[in-house]
Amino acid sequence: MGKSFDVTSLPGVPFVAGLAFLALYAPIFTLVAYSFNDANAISIWGGFSFRWYEAAWANREVQAATARSLVIAASASVIATSAATMAALGTTRRGAFRGQTFIYVAINQPLMVPEIVTAVALLIVFATVKVATGYAGLGYLILAHSAFCIPFAYLPIRARLEGMDLSLETAAADLYANPWQTFRHVTLPLMAPGIVAGAMLAFVISLDDVVITEFVKSAGQDTLPTYMLGQMRRAITPEVNAISTALLGLTVALLTVFFLLTRKRE
Amino acid sequence: MEEETKQARTGWLLSAPALAILLLAASGPLLVVLVYSFLVKGQYGGVIWTFSTEAWFEVLFTRDIFSDEVTLADAHLAIFWRSVKLSLMTTAIAFAVGFPTAWFIATRPPNRRALWLFLITIPFWTNLLIRTFAINEVIRNEGILNTLMIRAGLIERPIQILYTDTAVLIGMAYVYLPLMVLPLFAAIDRFDMRLLEAAYDLYASRWQVLRRIILPLVKPGIVAGSILVFVPSLGAYVTPRVLGGGKNMMIGNFIELQFGQGRNWPLGAALSMLLLAIVMVALLIYVRAAGRGTGHG
Repeated sequence: MGKSFDVTSLPGVPFVAGLAFLALYAPIFTLVAYSFNDANAISIWGGFSFRWYEAAWANREVQAATARSLVIAASASVIATSAATMAALGTTRRGAFRGQTFIYVAINQPLMVPEIVTAVALLIVFATVKVATGYAGLGYLILAHSAFCIPFAYLPIRARLEGMDLSLETAAADLYANPWQTFRHVTLPLMAPGIVAGAMLAFVISLDDVVITEFVKSAGQDTLPTYMLGQMRRAITPEVNAISTALLGLTVALLTVFFLLTRKRE
Repeated sequence: MEEETKQARTGWLLSAPALAILLLAASGPLLVVLVYSFLVKGQYGGVIWTFSTEAWFEVLFTRDIFSDEVTLADAHLAIFWRSVKLSLMTTAIAFAVGFPTAWFIATRPPNRRALWLFLITIPFWTNLLIRTFAINEVIRNEGILNTLMIRAGLIERPIQILYTDTAVLIGMAYVYLPLMVLPLFAAIDRFDMRLLEAAYDLYASRWQVLRRIILPLVKPGIVAGSILVFVPSLGAYVTPRVLGGGKNMMIGNFIELQFGQGRNWPLGAALSMLLLAIVMVALLIYVRAAGRGTGHG
């Protein structure tokens, strides 16, 4: 605006920032591009094709891993979101009480502990439980995923609750709604976007997990990411690119919805 | 008083399911790890339930089988040093790239800022394994980086980057860059740009402005970003495993080894607790820096 000298400009900033965005996206675009490559090796371009998607789609192991990933992510996000919703209701919008900080720290604990440490801890505990009970099903993975998904479900729900107007509930109570009716018809609909956002975040986090799953899973319980990790130690075919691209697409779609839901109204 | 008790009861009751799940599958098992670090290793993995501080001793020292001579465990120290060195270098690279990026975003017109931020957040939420794999494809011998450099005549044969420390470094800087940019952006966004005008009016040079005004005022963001990058780098497992190959272990992979081929669960447990302790100290510094940060705004 007529200023000859922009005080906020620093030398080299646009250049480095441009490089940073390029560096962030170029590898991902390359990975996606090569998933459509009609060649056996990843480095040579052999024309456009969907053959690696067809190969992945027809691969029994990939089918089983996909199903397992979805079952775990769905179960864990339902469990984590339910628990997180209750906890968020219990820890917001009322006077501070003794132990509230403790609850808050406990809920966010999985965000603070390195994943490898939690993974090892669960390996030790679940190995003992597996021997003692003889049960080696998906329950362990669902429980582990539910736990580390709780903070991711809790934070958006809590943020939503904190931004909510208490007077609507007071109004409902004034109009002789009982507590349950108030919750069912006023509070719950108002907090619904937060709950949906929390559930989606939990779903994405569960779907993406590698480390904890790798340590907790029993033989033959590969999820999509642990299957991919296993493949990466062998000769990699563009099939891994195809699976990555599909997973990437799903994540970006869910995140876009998440951002639309949590966007602050102007 | 009674009202407060009732509220506390409701609060605890509503939080109980979440706390129970976390106790079962997050906090509780950590205590078990602590206990395991004080036990004796079983011959084929697992533990023998006898109290021992041997595992903690083994973290830093080795005892000669024949002469009982105690020496520093060089192999362990090398792994710790590599982990710390690579994590510090990752943090430095992320800052060098992240600061200009955050400054760039913060100085865009307000209506564009959200879009630029969204572009940083997408990679942040994208599967870490996929991003590591993407880097793998770029830097491998037949990858585009080598192919392009050969085509351009810069090199004659591919440079071996994959499975070296450099690969791990590139990979970690790549995957954790958003963690540096986001807190830096938050700090720069709060920064009052009029201070720059005042400084330039008083004939400060660009360098003086950067060093005396910008950096001190966005310091909480720098501390926060550095710790958010350093902490996951130190505990990294996937990136060194995929990009570093078998020999270039970091603490995370070394811990895994103790539960696999190493068959030394107590040592693995002690190493895990050590890693956790370092991370907790870093997070304490972070909380204090973040606390000071809100004091400014």
